[in-house]
Amino acid sequence: MTDAPAQGEPMREEGHRPPSTVTRLVRLGLLPAMAILLALVVGAVIMIASSPLVSGSVDLGLPLTAYGALVSGSFGSFDAIINTLVQATPLILAGLAVGVGFKAGLFNIGAQGQFLMGGLAAAAVGVATAGLPPIAAIPLALMAGVAAGFAYGFIPGFLKAFTGAHEVVTTIMLNYVAIQIIAYVVSGPLRGENVSFARTETITSAALPVLAGRNGHIGIAFALVAVPIIAWLLFRSTLGFEIRTVGANPEAARYAGMRPRLLTILTMAISGLLAGLAGATVILGTVGHIPAAYATGVGFDAIAVALLGRSHPVGILFAGLLFGAMRAGSGLMQIQAGIPVQMVNVLQAVILFFLTAEVIVRYLFRVRAETAEMSELKTITGSYGTGQAVK
Amino acid sequence: MIEVLYGIPVLGLLFQFVGYLIEVLPIIAPTIIGAATPIALGAMCGFMNERSGVVNIGIEGMMLTAAFVAWWVASLSAQLLPGDPIGPMGMSPALLVGLVAAIGAAMLVSLVHAWLSITVRADQIISGVIINIFAVGITGYLNLLISRSAPPSAGQFRAWDAPAFLADIPVIGWLLHALLSQGPIGLSLLVAVIVMQVLLFRSRWGLRTRAVGEHPEAAETVGIDVVALRYRNVILGGVFAGLAGAYLTIEFGNSFQGEMTNGRGFIALAALIFGRWTPLGSFGAALLFTASEGIQRAVRFGPPEGALGDFLSSVPTQFYSALPYLITIIILAGVVGRSIAPAADGRPYSREKREKRAKASA
Repeated sequence: MTDAPAQGEPMREEGHRPPSTVTRLVRLGLLPAMAILLALVVGAVIMIASSPLVSGSVDLGLPLTAYGALVSGSFGSFDAIINTLVQATPLILAGLAVGVGFKAGLFNIGAQGQFLMGGLAAAAVGVATAGLPPIAAIPLALMAGVAAGFAYGFIPGFLKAFTGAHEVVTTIMLNYVAIQIIAYVVSGPLRGENVSFARTETITSAALPVLAGRNGHIGIAFALVAVPIIAWLLFRSTLGFEIRTVGANPEAARYAGMRPRLLTILTMAISGLLAGLAGATVILGTVGHIPAAYATGVGFDAIAVALLGRSHPVGILFAGLLFGAMRAGSGLMQIQAGIPVQMVNVLQAVILFFLTAEVIVRYLFRVRAETAEMSELKTITGSYGTGQAVK
Repeated sequence: MIEVLYGIPVLGLLFQFVGYLIEVLPIIAPTIIGAATPIALGAMCGFMNERSGVVNIGIEGMMLTAAFVAWWVASLSAQLLPGDPIGPMGMSPALLVGLVAAIGAAMLVSLVHAWLSITVRADQIISGVIINIFAVGITGYLNLLISRSAPPSAGQFRAWDAPAFLADIPVIGWLLHALLSQGPIGLSLLVAVIVMQVLLFRSRWGLRTRAVGEHPEAAETVGIDVVALRYRNVILGGVFAGLAGAYLTIEFGNSFQGEMTNGRGFIALAALIFGRWTPLGSFGAALLFTASEGIQRAVRFGPPEGALGDFLSSVPTQFYSALPYLITIIILAGVVGRSIAPAADGRPYSREKREKRAKASA
């Protein structure tokens, strides 16, 4: 670890020359990489400890079999790679949603609800536009999803800005409200005919076209395009500068003539928009309908993605690809090694744990990695207690 | 006579609704209380955390872990220990071992939450998210592996036979009887709610906890060890999460399914907020929240007559389910009465910072 210059030491040798981009990237990526490594070790320990339940005896090779299957299920063939991309798409989009919130000092736990509402709106319009040609139906359905996500993100933003209701609590509550809204709408007015369980009609002309492989739909491109757009928005545009300033210091932002209230609402709405787009791509591109009891964990995985990607769009891209690969490969892992897919959740949680408890990583590897960018793992949202509206 | 009252437009509907409630509540009370118990216990866990300034959105994960451990350990020990009850309410050794294990597991998870929130001073929401993701993963993982060999269930606790004369007490008899006709975990909730309510406002511990939750710096200056108190409260909060989880798998039911807590930990959070961060208040909120679903079920099976019945039946069932969450948002937004969290809730405490500030002002 000689490439990471000692931070605590005087800067004299280096002068005030900023470190090169490569050095900075290595430093930024070091802790997440170590956290992933440690999580794989913890996962291996759990697998070995539980191997009597899997194969009847203690099997030291089980983690190798399992991780091997995980890798070949996610990168082993062309279809596997496409499947990884398909799984990563909503994670990247929703991860960007959470990440944009973090930059403004807002913790959007509601990506889940915004994802669901985006999916519901896309499905509703997708079913309604069955008679239109795809060139018209697809944009309409996508726009409906985006608008629904925007609106569902706007609500907690508005409540936070004008009443001080903390976005963490309101978005958690809205997640459950979204589940009930879907249950009502899909089992009632939107219920398809001749379906075996409560779900909408199958989306036909609004279905996203498959471009590559078995299921590589065009939504993958949305995620890949969204990354540079959000990066530009955050780091090159005035709005992004204001968002980041409000996140770093709301008081200073206000004295500089920015409007934290408006920015809070706008950030939550943009965040919801991205999550809504994620929901729309999944429903239009992969599922093809929305069931009344739609079970998904994308919104919560997105929090992990945003944290692992350190709220940076490029980091989120890689984190989303990693988690997407895990989801894509987990099926083969279950078939070949007998390891239930829930192991992926365990790995995600442990990665997050080591990222948060970076002291362990630092102690184990004796690294002095960049900490400045890790501020989002400290207290993001400040106190919940004040209950004050944004000034 | 009553029919005349019901005949008044609009207001009559309200009268009739109250009449309907009086009629059905004694019948659906056991269901409501049964559904409210895990939520109220979860809220007690949140109460112990948040009153001392630690936000806990990991209640859901703690409950899920405890539910799994209670079921699994009870099942394992049922194969080793004698199965006959050794106490009232079906208390067999296996179930008691499962209960203790569940409490221990939840306390362990709480310890992790305490360490991340208090020592590492990480964002407490993230700590909660980690706990929730991990709990879903590990319980789902082990449950799938274990259920391949279909382990026997250890059974469940039975409800206490509350004396029948209680039900004959006018006005509140039905409620008393329903509250006391519960298993050991349900009964322990009643004790805990009353004891903790008194302790919070009438004991040294309560005063210190409130001080640490509102203004830890001030608490430290009068000699309260903020870090120790927070650790103790968060870990003790795990006891309630453990009871909540165990309730689901060895008292209310006798089996475990993946993700069976199904958002109860988050309704618990809602109940805590609605109950203004007090034990009694959150217990009441839990009852109110579950009553909304209980009434919905009553309406489905025996709707009241006339316009009221038509109205209640026309309200979608999902609306009743969403009501607790909507109420919480409204309360938080301060539209109707306001619920304000302890001032230091979610803010990590750093002793050095206080010393630095003291030095700067000196």
